[in-house]
Amino acid sequence: MSIIQDAVKTAVRFVPDRWLPGASPDPLREKHGLLGAPISRVDGPLKVAGQARFAAEVPMEGLAYATLVHSTIARGHITSLDTSKAEAAPGVVLVMTHENAPRMNAPAMFMSRPDAVGASDLPVMQNRDIHWNGEPVALVLAETQEQADHAATLVKVEYESATAVTDFQAAKLAAHHPQSILGEPPLFEIGDAEKELNEAHHRVDLVFRTPRHNHNAIELHGATVRWDGDELTVHDATQMLNGTAGTLAEIFGINPDQVHVSSPYVGGGFGGKALWNHQILAAAASRLSGRPVRIVLSRESVFRIVGGRTTTEQRVALGAERNGSLRALIHTGTVAMTEHNNCPEQFTFPARHLYASKSFRLEQSVADMDMMANTFMRAPGESVGTFALECALDELAEQMELDPIELRRRIEPEKDPTSNNPFSSRYLLQCFEQGGERFGWNRRDPKPGARREGEWLVGLGCATGTYPYHRMPGGSARIRIEADGSAVVSTAVHEMGMGTATVQAQAAAARLGLPLEKVRFDYGDTSLPKGVLAGGSTQTASISAAVIAANDELVKELIRLAGNDSPLAGLGADKLEARDEGLASVDEPGRHETYASILARAGRDHLEVEAAAPPPLEMMKYSMHSTAAQFAEVRVNSVTGEVRVCRMLGSFDCGRILNAKTATSQFRGGMIMGIGLALTEETLFDPRSGRIMNPSLAEYHVPVHMDVPEIEVMWTDIPDPHAPLGARGIGEIGITGVAAAIANAVYNATGRRVRDLPITLDKLL
Amino acid sequence: MRFTINDKPVEAEFDPRTSLLDLLRDHLGLTGSKKGCNQGACGACTVLVDGERINSCLALAVQYQGRAITTVEGLGQTGSLHPLQQAFVEHDGFQCGYCTPGQLCSAIGMAGEAARGVPSVVTADLGDETVTLSHDELRERMSGNLCRCGAYNGIIDAITETFAADGSQKGDAGARKAA
Amino acid sequence: MTPFQYERAATAPDAVRMASNSASAKYLGGGTNLVDLMRETIETPERLVDVSGLSRTIETRPDGSLLIGAAATNTALASDLTVRRDFPLLARAILAGASGQIRNMATVGGNILQRTRCAYFYDDAARCNKREPGAGCDALDGFNRIHAILGASPACVATHPSDMCVALVALDAVVHLEGANGTRRIPLADLHRLPEGRPDIETVLQPHELITAVEIPALSFARRSTYRKVRDRASYAFALVSVGAALDLSEDGSVRDIRLALGGVAHKPWRALKAEDALRGQPATEANFRAAAEAELTDAAPLRDNAFKVELARRTITAVLSELKGDAA
Repeated sequence: MSIIQDAVKTAVRFVPDRWLPGASPDPLREKHGLLGAPISRVDGPLKVAGQARFAAEVPMEGLAYATLVHSTIARGHITSLDTSKAEAAPGVVLVMTHENAPRMNAPAMFMSRPDAVGASDLPVMQNRDIHWNGEPVALVLAETQEQADHAATLVKVEYESATAVTDFQAAKLAAHHPQSILGEPPLFEIGDAEKELNEAHHRVDLVFRTPRHNHNAIELHGATVRWDGDELTVHDATQMLNGTAGTLAEIFGINPDQVHVSSPYVGGGFGGKALWNHQILAAAASRLSGRPVRIVLSRESVFRIVGGRTTTEQRVALGAERNGSLRALIHTGTVAMTEHNNCPEQFTFPARHLYASKSFRLEQSVADMDMMANTFMRAPGESVGTFALECALDELAEQMELDPIELRRRIEPEKDPTSNNPFSSRYLLQCFEQGGERFGWNRRDPKPGARREGEWLVGLGCATGTYPYHRMPGGSARIRIEADGSAVVSTAVHEMGMGTATVQAQAAAARLGLPLEKVRFDYGDTSLPKGVLAGGSTQTASISAAVIAANDELVKELIRLAGNDSPLAGLGADKLEARDEGLASVDEPGRHETYASILARAGRDHLEVEAAAPPPLEMMKYSMHSTAAQFAEVRVNSVTGEVRVCRMLGSFDCGRILNAKTATSQFRGGMIMGIGLALTEETLFDPRSGRIMNPSLAEYHVPVHMDVPEIEVMWTDIPDPHAPLGARGIGEIGITGVAAAIANAVYNATGRRVRDLPITLDKLL
Repeated sequence: MRFTINDKPVEAEFDPRTSLLDLLRDHLGLTGSKKGCNQGACGACTVLVDGERINSCLALAVQYQGRAITTVEGLGQTGSLHPLQQAFVEHDGFQCGYCTPGQLCSAIGMAGEAARGVPSVVTADLGDETVTLSHDELRERMSGNLCRCGAYNGIIDAITETFAADGSQKGDAGARKAA
Repeated sequence: MTPFQYERAATAPDAVRMASNSASAKYLGGGTNLVDLMRETIETPERLVDVSGLSRTIETRPDGSLLIGAAATNTALASDLTVRRDFPLLARAILAGASGQIRNMATVGGNILQRTRCAYFYDDAARCNKREPGAGCDALDGFNRIHAILGASPACVATHPSDMCVALVALDAVVHLEGANGTRRIPLADLHRLPEGRPDIETVLQPHELITAVEIPALSFARRSTYRKVRDRASYAFALVSVGAALDLSEDGSVRDIRLALGGVAHKPWRALKAEDALRGQPATEANFRAAAEAELTDAAPLRDNAFKVELARRTITAVLSELKGDAA
């Protein structure tokens, strides 16, 4: 964090809300009706009919199909390339290697500037150097996919290996502090936590390990690309439209407005649908061959060139007084990363905000490895950080003979324990109380192994989930009112299944006083006003702030157009509200004019305004976090060690819920990914070769139908006064706390603490 | 080579290496069937051949000459959706929608299997010729269709509403706002 | 995928003739394993002879035995009422495997000949004696959690992934073969090889010899049989350990006869003859079940990651036999 940012942060704390753009309450936050209603997805009928066209399905004349060849060493260089057989194979259009690839700038790394989204800053196929096992060394282009796939097997590559760091245990010995953990210092301390720990009445001091994970969205990464002169069109599956355009433009040395990225449908993202080598190489091959190119990665290629969640080793040490208050909260550890990316899996973040403690020591190191650059995956940091922290709390509660929920009551902070900022809105204890009541927490026997049904041991567990509120700066929105009074709201944002298209149409309708049928929300294309990326559960708030800004402009324009002949004449924006397809006086319900009427009288066939969201200063003044109470009931087979989750309940405080139906799916989806995190998922990274050994959906076990019980979801629905729409974002929090709740339930069932994920049956035999 | 696809006769020439899935997607423009793994591990490519569900990614198209193939496009169209498609929309049986065509075709094939008395590994009495599509039976029988968004509850609710004779399995009461 | 010629056979002799023209010819059943292996270029046949149109009849013969056409699908076999009633072990084993879609495609013959899921076999960047004889084995010191604990060799520690075969080997199934020199029959137990020095040679089949049928002899007590599969997901995952068993008890509570086989533990479906011998004539007690399991597993040689399989197999055998005993009571 820079000195200037720190200074702004400090100043913002003393500024009244009304002076703070973005922090003043959104009038819509308390409005009911359309907002919050369980509206079915607006894109649902297209999707169930198979008519939603994904990136690799866009038709183009004269397409050539691409396949990648991957390196088989982790570090070193190519000594020889023989592409002659591949070039001679039927249908081959081009074999591209570092020898003939167009010269391209290296991608600008994510967060190095606003529109940079490079997953790493390594140049792509520009030289003979190899940086990870699986790096693309050739791209084969052919008339059909079958021909390209076959020819790719004929490319012969020889390497000279250099010593590579592919063993995390060895890499850890040289672990170091990164420059920052997403803007936060890698070491944060209050008091002398180790000393306090030693003097505490109750102590736990534990090590937890979490493996690598891959997003494994069911849609394979793919793109259909074409050049028209120096104009590049990319039909992509992406959660970062503008960033992809900006980064590609720099790579190819053209202007951002010469790159058009379209991505109206994305078959799942979870952090993985970003700019990787394949779009860059497809565009390069298209430029070299003069052909439009389609690239669809094989599942194996997805594992080889799309980063996943990195592995972590975490220490959590808690020291408590007899009364339950914490004297020391220590959360430290190491993750694997590369020298070419900046994604430190911020597992210490939950501990910065969740609980009161007299002292803190929060420290993260990274161990540099020669591997595919790791990246963000659903609740980066919080997903695996809550596993360690919340399991440790469960162990502390047991030692103190306290109910784990009671322990959390005793350490509930009044304000943010590390920043000292006030919480904007926090109802964690209410989540526990209401969730626990509904789940039947009081039926839990704290004694492990007490409940048995036949071969099965049954246990209950709970944990806190948490995820921060963020609002991305830089988003804009356009509102267009048509002559018939209908509206189109547009911004270059993303719908990967989160419900964006539906929720934003609902929100726009509510904001404009229009029925849902008269509102369209356009998204998924860089020809629209610049949007924000879809990540960090930020999209909804970020879009909403832009729409609020655009709506302010719209009202001003409408007042101007309405003129003196309107029933609204003389009313300022602060005296107007949107209602019944137009504007109305707040104080005199009879004074109303429809948009259609205002436009007609002004002789306009439409009205269009565009505005950018104000900077997210609310985040600096308040500690803004969603929280959750996660509950799990598991059955552990006493013969085989198999674990089955038979009941789950998530009780969430995420501010206002904008669509009960799509929100339920978001929460459940995160919780199910949490089941995978807890029980089945692990990317096997061979420490000898640095190669991923289970690059397949058969051997990387994402939960299937049979692994997933009926999942109950509930929420407080208390609007956050400082978030647009009162909503804090719900994409990530579902996964947080789940692994801990399940691990704690496994302990309750069996008396076995498993501290390294996943909890496979061999760890319970 | 000839096929009947969604009740229409289709003739196509292609490489013997072409999978039924690629034939549909790349050659015939029927992109409703999805590719998620290309190795029979995710079920996104599920289509019906003579009414039976298969993974079209593992099927060499040449092996299926003369067969009747039904894809998601053949189930129903926007405006005239199949009841199961409609139920998926109502129960939010998907998020991103990518695994959905496979889930739909699989569920229809699965219902046919159940009607023919095909047992599953969770069927308690293998001698029983009638299948009751309980929650466990449905989950087991649909386990060949992965959904990474985690819409499993909604999918099972939609299938239950559409196919399970016993409405008692219906359970979309999962979402509740706290008082 | 390497280019190939496709031909569809109308009869078994036709199929053999078609295959004989090409050294690398392969028979294509449902394709659920072969097509994947061809995409990975682990299999590179120049000719595919489609045998999915050959006999798929499931015939119950007067003596109670079954004759199953090798082209019968897994679903058809598991759905057959005679199989379900008289050989529930077989139906359950098939239904525990793969997914509904795959079972609809996969044939009995193809299921028998499916290849291992060893990660190093699948990855052509790794050393694998099964793919490339003499290359070495990266699984020995690598990820070998799913690998063999019985009958492995320094050359190969892979397992056979079939569930169905575990049931078939327990039931003393016999495979009918058609080859260039006519037909022959061999017990399924003798079809698959242990890896020894040549893990690339997985069966005793002659070049282009075709499995045409599987015969299951009558076994009255197979009505009291079951299959239990232990795996990393609740469904749609390969077995870590599986146990197929049939139990025949005398009136005095002793074991009159037994069939026991294990999956997920060896290069072939593993008939647990030592355990069977240990139990025949002995009282059907949990202690004896456990002792029999111990007897079978005394030679177990676990690797870095799969020692748990020994205990898991022991427990699962004991549990399955106890369950069958309970059913008999």
